[in-house]
Amino acid sequence: MDGLDFAGGFGMLVYDIIKELFRPPFYLKLIVEQIFSIGIKSFSLVAVTALATGSVMALQFGFGLEKFGGKLYVPKLVALTILREMGPVFTSLLVAGRIGSGIAAEVASMKITQQIDAIRALGTSPIKKIVIPRVVASLIALPLLTLFADFIGVFGAMMVSFHELKINSEFFLVKVVDTLIIEDLLTGLAKTFVFALFISVTACWKGLQTDGGTQGVGNATTWVVVTSSIFIMISDFFLTKFFIITVFRHG
Amino acid sequence: MNNNDSNALLRLVELQKSFGEKHVHRGINLTLYKNQIIGLFGGSGSGKSVILRSIIGLERPDSGKIIFEGQDLMSLTERQLQPIRTKIGFVFQNGALFDSLNVEENLAYPLKEHTDLSDAEILLRVNEMLELIDMKGANKLLPAELSGGMQKRAGLARAIILKPQIILFDEPTAGLDPQNTKRLLANINRFKAQGMTGIFVTHDIPAAFEIADQIAILYNGKIHVVDTVENIRKTKDPLVQSFIGEMILQEKKE
Repeated sequence: MDGLDFAGGFGMLVYDIIKELFRPPFYLKLIVEQIFSIGIKSFSLVAVTALATGSVMALQFGFGLEKFGGKLYVPKLVALTILREMGPVFTSLLVAGRIGSGIAAEVASMKITQQIDAIRALGTSPIKKIVIPRVVASLIALPLLTLFADFIGVFGAMMVSFHELKINSEFFLVKVVDTLIIEDLLTGLAKTFVFALFISVTACWKGLQTDGGTQGVGNATTWVVVTSSIFIMISDFFLTKFFIITVFRHG
Repeated sequence: MNNNDSNALLRLVELQKSFGEKHVHRGINLTLYKNQIIGLFGGSGSGKSVILRSIIGLERPDSGKIIFEGQDLMSLTERQLQPIRTKIGFVFQNGALFDSLNVEENLAYPLKEHTDLSDAEILLRVNEMLELIDMKGANKLLPAELSGGMQKRAGLARAIILKPQIILFDEPTAGLDPQNTKRLLANINRFKAQGMTGIFVTHDIPAAFEIADQIAILYNGKIHVVDTVENIRKTKDPLVQSFIGEMILQEKKE
């Protein structure tokens, strides 16, 4: 019943967003503020995580493949893995935790303190003032953060490859450029659009449904992070399969 | 006061509302006339606030009509209700100020959304309003920095800054000490002197008697009585006396 309730509510909210998105008034300033809040403020966390991820992957692949004489494949494997999987998925998981919980907590707090009611009572729309800025900002910020994470991750791998595996950086970069095709990047970023939509709409929906005081806010926050994370992991499988069938087998 | 139909601003007709098994409204009928304030009493959980929320569309009654400006608000969509809501002010119990905006931004919100006033004109209106609610100079304070009484007064100011035709007060004095209650009521009376139409939901009987022109009592899902303050004071109706009896006794002692 809860799953159906969520599916129905999610669908209705997406419908409301689409209905309101192209009708005036437009709150571009709110969208920009949210891009700053979601995107810029997540940069350092994403950078650290991406650097660590790329570095560890280089290490693991490097020492694992060295036994089979395959150390020189590290640049290809790391770059492919980061762009197609680790970049989008790890960045989205981080954003689900940081931003998803933040949106849910903020919207839920506004709900229980009647601020959402006040927005309506003052003749304005919570969909336009609260939901749309967060959803649009997530759709812009998450792919950009992922692009940034991809770059940092590959850079981290290159540094570790140089220091630990004695792989020349110029060789590393040549191999990365030779291996990658634009679809590797684009399919990874396409996943983030799906993840961003899910995280932001779920967080807004749950926040708007909250009751039960401060405990309700806490419950909403936890629920959003868990649900978003599970969705990212499961949908990543289906999206990967979809892209393998439609993009890479035809490429 | 001339209470004929041409002066009726709002009519509630046979409103019914249930929450699950609980049948809260069993046929609410109430008419609000221009320049009239109705003080609405009822027991806890009787659905007083639900009446106000239904009028402004925050709740949807199960059936009935809410007639305002010749149209039934129940038949309007959420989007169609938005311009109507600029004509009906709602004063929330705890003010419901936007906590990420300071006092000036909160009061400016309706003006920025619904008027073409310049920033300078908006600031002028906001400052005038702050002076009327005894909060001059509080522009840059955030809601978290305000006392409960100040939050309610700021909420009141935000609700009426567009000069709505009707103002709905949802327990405005709840939780206030006597001094802040007196200050809030003084503010409301100041606005009332300029002409005000509204419904004042409260448990605070002396406050309602001070502000209201008529008293309505909600009992068992219906409006039991609507009468002038004087008639309510003198009534022999046992139900009405159960609400106001202690207050009358106290006044007699004094």
